[in-house]
Amino acid sequence: MSDIQIVDVPAGVEGSGFFATSLDKAIGLARANSLWPLPFATSCCGIEFMATMGSHYDLSRFGAERLSFSPRQADLLMVMGTISKKMAPVLRQVYLQMAEPRWVMAVGACASSGGIFDTYSVLQGIDEVIPVDVYVPGCPPRPEAIIDGFMGIQQLVKTESLRRRNEPKYQELLAKYGIQ
Amino acid sequence: MGKITNEELLRRLDEKFGGTVVQTGADFGLLTVETSVDAIIDVLSFLKNDEALNFIFLTDITAIHYPESEKPIGVIYHLHSLTTNTRIRVKVFMPLENVHIPTATTLWDGANWMERETYDFFGVIFDGHPDLRRILNVDDMTVFPMRREYPLEDPNRVDKKDYFFGR
Repeated sequence: MSDIQIVDVPAGVEGSGFFATSLDKAIGLARANSLWPLPFATSCCGIEFMATMGSHYDLSRFGAERLSFSPRQADLLMVMGTISKKMAPVLRQVYLQMAEPRWVMAVGACASSGGIFDTYSVLQGIDEVIPVDVYVPGCPPRPEAIIDGFMGIQQLVKTESLRRRNEPKYQELLAKYGIQ
Repeated sequence: MGKITNEELLRRLDEKFGGTVVQTGADFGLLTVETSVDAIIDVLSFLKNDEALNFIFLTDITAIHYPESEKPIGVIYHLHSLTTNTRIRVKVFMPLENVHIPTATTLWDGANWMERETYDFFGVIFDGHPDLRRILNVDDMTVFPMRREYPLEDPNRVDKKDYFFGR
């Protein structure tokens, strides 16, 4: 017998032959379990990510089987590694090319805060140029930590409203970064 | 051909340039000489083109900043003679208010990027360079980061402020 597990049913009204829930919850469930990550790996955190994608840790269990190497089809930008100041406009361009809904995860100390590279040439955290949803601490973080961060993103995706980009709070955030 | 000894090298330089090229050291057997901004291209050209010396390979150009000395900015050339496997280091120092030096791209095309890097980090102006602009740092950077008057740390960083550590 197969031991395939399926996700829990969201809260809703159930009766014989029908199940009703809100569209937000249904779509959120679908999005959260089929995120397409775009790995933006520049250094050692990228190696940990490779382990996370490998068979032992297997990120595809979370529906992230399909890595998108084009920002246009990606839902989640995973920034893993040191971002130099010269790289910052490139990273920003990649973020701008992603379609809504989009989420960003800063993996490791360098992407989150510049890490040990407190120097003139390194960006002190990617949140100086793009908004970040989840930060994963560690130098580099173990695959477990990356998975934990990924599950944090899934939680966000499940619970936020369908049209996040229309919320004034979100637009204010983007305006702060000079986007749109 | 065997390695040229430091004494022989120094004797030939003395013969050609008199007192304008002086030895400042020979750490680990690597002869180090100092010369002036006016003489540098002649010295490099002599080292490269002299048939016995034959320092045809420009290993590196870099710079150094000694803020306390009278001529704080120094440009350093490393040359390598491939036929005799001899190396030499040539230094030129200049005052902060006049950091101009003639370009070595007239002798080696490879000097192009080395000089751009030296300009990028130390602000040394190489006169006659075909394309002297920043090479490694972001284009809109306003400082020369390897000079001692600029802090190494990024000023935008807030998580290392003293009050986080009770200071």
